Amino acid sequence: MKYVEEFRDAELAKGLSAAIKAEAEPERIYKFMEFCGGHTHALARYGVEDLLPNNVKMIHGPGCPVCVLPVGRVDEAVALATQHDVILCTYADLMRVPGTKYESLIKARSKGADVRMVYSTMDALKIAQDNPEREVVFFAIGFETTTPPTAVAIKQAQKLGLKNFSVYCNHVLTPAAMRAILGAHTPEGAPNVVLDGFVGPAHVSAVIGTQPYEEFTTDYKKPVVIAGFEPLDVMQSILQLIRQANDGRADVENEYARAVTPEGNVKAQALVDEVFEVRDEFSWRGLGSVPLSALKIRSEFSEFNAELRFRVEVPSPKENKLCECGPILRGEKNPVDCALFGTSCTPDNPMGACMVSSEGACAAHWTYGRFRTELELEESA
Amino acid sequence: MCHAIPAKVVALRDDGMAEVELEGVIKEASLDLLDGVELGDYVILHVGYALAKLDPDEAQKTLKLFAEMGAAALAEGAVA
Ligand code: SF4
Repeated sequence: MKYVEEFRDAELAKGLSAAIKAEAEPERIYKFMEFCGGHTHALARYGVEDLLPNNVKMIHGPGCPVCVLPVGRVDEAVALATQHDVILCTYADLMRVPGTKYESLIKARSKGADVRMVYSTMDALKIAQDNPEREVVFFAIGFETTTPPTAVAIKQAQKLGLKNFSVYCNHVLTPAAMRAILGAHTPEGAPNVVLDGFVGPAHVSAVIGTQPYEEFTTDYKKPVVIAGFEPLDVMQSILQLIRQANDGRADVENEYARAVTPEGNVKAQALVDEVFEVRDEFSWRGLGSVPLSALKIRSEFSEFNAELRFRVEVPSPKENKLCECGPILRGEKNPVDCALFGTSCTPDNPMGACMVSSEGACAAHWTYGRFRTELELEESA
Repeated sequence: MCHAIPAKVVALRDDGMAEVELEGVIKEASLDLLDGVELGDYVILHVGYALAKLDPDEAQKTLKLFAEMGAAALAEGAVA
C-alpha cells in the first residue's frame, strides 16, 4: 500500500536502529512518552522496542479515547440505551468497554437494548433518517481527530431538520491531557512521571497543527516530535528526541510533515469551534478530573445534545479495584504489573478499558508483547 | 479507534463525497472536512472522512531522511 509499506521497510529500520544506538549516550536513561494509542500499537506490533537500546524507554500515554473514558460515562451510555427507548449508535471499540459491574453496551444489547455499531457519523444520521419514529443517539468519543466528523453530523442534522437525532458528547482534548500528565505530582511534590519528551500525536496534529504543542517546549521544557503511525516514523521521532535531549533542547519538530502542517486543518477547526465549546472540567480514566479538557455542544445546538434531552439515573460508578488502567494510563505502571493481566483480563473478556481497543496498552502488550517480556525475564534469570 | 489510513481518491462525486481506494477496496469518503481534494490525491481517511491530504514531496523527503540517517550510522559502525 502506498505511503504505508515504504514506512515499514526493514532495511531502513536497521539503519535507524543503528543511528539510535549510536546517538543514545550509554550513561543516561531516556524516557519518552508516546501520547497516542496508535503509536503504542505500532511500537508493539512491529517490535520497535526491541530495536531500541535498553536505556531508551517508551512510556505508553493516555492517548486512546476508549481507554480514558471513565466508568461513569460508560454507565450513563448503558443507562441511556436501557432506560430510554433509543437507538444508541457508537463506534465498535466502545461496545465492549466495561462499566460498573462489567456492564458494557454489548451486554446491554444482549439484554434487548437497541445498540448499533457504526463506522461513521454518517451512518448514525442515516439510521435517524430511516427511523423517524425512534430517537437516535450517537455516543461520541475521541480526540481532535474524531470531533470534526461529529460536528459535521450535528450541522447536517440541523440542515436536514432531524428532530430525532442527538449526540452524547465525550470528545476530549489532547493538549489538556498532556498538561495533566506533566503537572501531576506526588504528595511530596515530585513529578509522577519523569519524561524527556513526547512522541506527538499523528492525526490529532493533522487537525490541530503543530502550534498547540509550543507550550510544552516553553512552559515545561519538553521536546515534542510529531510522528506518523508507521514504525519508521516512530523510530525517526525517537532519534530526533534523543538528539534534542542530548543537545538540551526542547523544540516542536514535525516528523510527519507529509500530513501535518503548522496550522493544521483550519476548516475542521472552524467547524469544531462553531458546534462545540470547552467544558470547565471532565473526568478521565486514569487522570481524574482535568480542567478545560473536553468539549460540550454549544447552546445554539442544544436540541442535538443528548445530555440535555435524556435524564438517566446511574448509581455512583465503580471501577474494578484490581484494574491498573489508571497508573498505566499515567505512565506509572506496565500492563504486566496488573494482577488480572492475561488471567481474568484478555481482549476477549476485558476487565478494564486498556484491554479493549488494540491501541490500549494492555491489549497491545497482550497481542504483541507478551513473549518479549517472557524472553526478557528468562534472560535476566 | 484512531486508526486512519492513506487512501487514494479514485472518483469525485457531486454530493461532496469521494470514492477512495484502500487495499484494492473502494470506499466512500466525505470531503466535508477538506477542501481542494483532487483526483489521484492521497488522503488520510478517518471514520469515513478525509482528514488531511498527503504531501508526496514531504513523504519523499522523510524517506530520504530515514535512508541518510541509517546509512551514516551503519557506515560509522562499519569503520568502528
Ligand atoms: S490487564 Fe485488564 S484489568 Fe489489568 S490494567 Fe489492563 S485492562 Fe485493567
